[in-house]
Amino acid sequence: MDFDIFIQILAAAIAAGTPFVYAALGELVTEKSGVLNLGVEGMMLVGAISGFIAMAKTGSLIVAILCGMSAGALMAFIFAVLTLTLMANQVASGLALTIFGVGLSAFLGLKYTSIALPGVPEIHIPFLSDIPVLGRLFFSYDILIYSSLILFAAISWFLYKTKAGLILRGIGEAPKSAHALGYNVIGIRYLAVLFGGAMAGLGGVYLSVAYTPMWVEGMVAGRGWVALALVVFATWRPARVMAGAYLFGGITIAQFHIQGFGIEIPAQLLSMLPYIATIIVLVFISRDQNTIRLNSPASLGQTYHPNNQ
Amino acid sequence: MTALLISFFSYRFHVKTTKTKSFIGLIIPLCAVLLALAIGAIMLLSLGANPISGYATMFGAAFGSVEGFSETAVKSIPLLLVGVGICIAFRANVINIGGEGQMVMGALLATAIALAFPDIPSLLLIPMVLLAGAVGGAFWGAIAGALKAYFNVSEILSTIMLNIVAVQFMNFLLRGPMIDPAEIARGTGIPQTMRLTENADLPILIEGMRMHLGVVVALFVAVAAYILLWRTAMGFRLRSVGYNPHASRYAGISVPKNVTSALAFSGAMAGIAGAILVFGSESHRMVTDGGSTGFTGSAGFNGIVVALLAGLHPLWSIPSALLFGGMLVGANALQRAAQVPSALIIALNGLIVVFVVSSEYFKQRTLQAGRVEQEEDDDE
Repeated sequence: MDFDIFIQILAAAIAAGTPFVYAALGELVTEKSGVLNLGVEGMMLVGAISGFIAMAKTGSLIVAILCGMSAGALMAFIFAVLTLTLMANQVASGLALTIFGVGLSAFLGLKYTSIALPGVPEIHIPFLSDIPVLGRLFFSYDILIYSSLILFAAISWFLYKTKAGLILRGIGEAPKSAHALGYNVIGIRYLAVLFGGAMAGLGGVYLSVAYTPMWVEGMVAGRGWVALALVVFATWRPARVMAGAYLFGGITIAQFHIQGFGIEIPAQLLSMLPYIATIIVLVFISRDQNTIRLNSPASLGQTYHPNNQ
Repeated sequence: MTALLISFFSYRFHVKTTKTKSFIGLIIPLCAVLLALAIGAIMLLSLGANPISGYATMFGAAFGSVEGFSETAVKSIPLLLVGVGICIAFRANVINIGGEGQMVMGALLATAIALAFPDIPSLLLIPMVLLAGAVGGAFWGAIAGALKAYFNVSEILSTIMLNIVAVQFMNFLLRGPMIDPAEIARGTGIPQTMRLTENADLPILIEGMRMHLGVVVALFVAVAAYILLWRTAMGFRLRSVGYNPHASRYAGISVPKNVTSALAFSGAMAGIAGAILVFGSESHRMVTDGGSTGFTGSAGFNGIVVALLAGLHPLWSIPSALLFGGMLVGANALQRAAQVPSALIIALNGLIVVFVVSSEYFKQRTLQAGRVEQEEDDDE
């Protein structure tokens, strides 16, 4: 019996971790190119409401996903123009993007607060899903969770096994050298930022369409910031992003179950858990400055002036 | 070579004192606001509202009457206090996004003091609760500061996490230990404290209006922050650490200490804002709606906007805070008059930052153009 609950918690942790997977993997690619986009929370919110509206209007998951991704990418485009073309400060621009996203999503979502969507069905794979324990653990999720795994594989392959990935990482480490070799630093960074935005938007869509199929103002609830922390936590490596995302998904879920085990802690204090855990993990990861310096893209957060050699 | 250096310095000095710079410094934030309002006009149109009459309603409500201005001033208090704190933090190159949590912690400590000592006379209790606010906020800020200074943890991430922790802690206290006993008796369970002692009420400045002592406190803090930053050795150290930590360390300034104190100062001001929000409120209670910005009304974030628009200058933050306070009052009026959602204003705030941030580029270019002219003049 207890084992069943354990499996359920694990499966729920995977679902709760999926928005982190999308947003953090997207941000990872952006940061690998040397750009720090702090607007993840804003992009997720705008993605969430755009996907939600699309889903409510058309009922098509594909349209919802496309809308959410384009909305996230559009937000990222604003950021890219500010930081890459106008060479504005990345930190301030990212903050602006989040503040703007919070307001814009609340504005867009006004008429959609009382609607509930049907949600996204789990994919039932004949035979595999019916295996007692493994079926529940591996073959009982919706399409967005499976596609996040494909995304992980694709990004790992892209970053470390393709020439384009090598160029992207090179630009993040040494934009001037990449420029000297003839690569279009600004152009490639644009693509990386847009990709990060689209993924953040997709993470938002997952939240508003599949995970809790309704729209609540500010429903991303700090997940965008946790995603940013996860990239640091993972020391910029995709596999560790996945581990971190599911770990935090697990902590999010654990707070609902701790009370079930008869431990009397007020719900509000429990819901602090994921965030306190984030801080503690950040302390452990960041304590050793060399780890961060060795792993973070060398040009991260710095404005690149192409004509200022 | 020497001549070149001298000409370089004299020319730098010249540019710094020239009127063009302060003119550009003023015109660019104005353009940013106007551009944001222009986009807001498009959004108003899309809602079927007339933008011109809409903005007239907003402006009239916020600045058109003494009552309106009093309301605007009250709304500006937390924005100004948080904004001034942000000025200090950002000058020390510490990105404090924790205004929300610091406000909450300041307000909680101040409320606890008022609940514990209801019989202390006003003259003593009001300074006490404001100080408690400062201490609560400073404590919450210093946590993030120490984590950055001694463990190298990004303060951007830690302050955000501490925001959420503080809000949940507030929800816990206001639903549990600090809840109004009457709420339990009635069974309504609104998360709020009881009516706090009258001795802690911030005195009203003008009879029949809402403007209270908090306005004076906020202005005082803004001036004090200006003096701190530019007229004291401590302020010099803070700015020095922000400008170049390596050179500062070489000069014997402790970087970790100053990073921590920058966040503590910043948090203290947000904490005072939180305390004023409680004791200057009309209900004289600490109340939330359980949402993440239920108590602060996002002042912790909007304070960043205020500071950025003010060019991180505590005194320029005063008009900047009045502008955003006025937008809040105006937005409420607009919501009543034309059913325009006030979420529009949050989006506008973000747009203003977007434009202020991007204007840096144009500022640099204009200044560079001025520099070239200057050099040509020097050649003659």
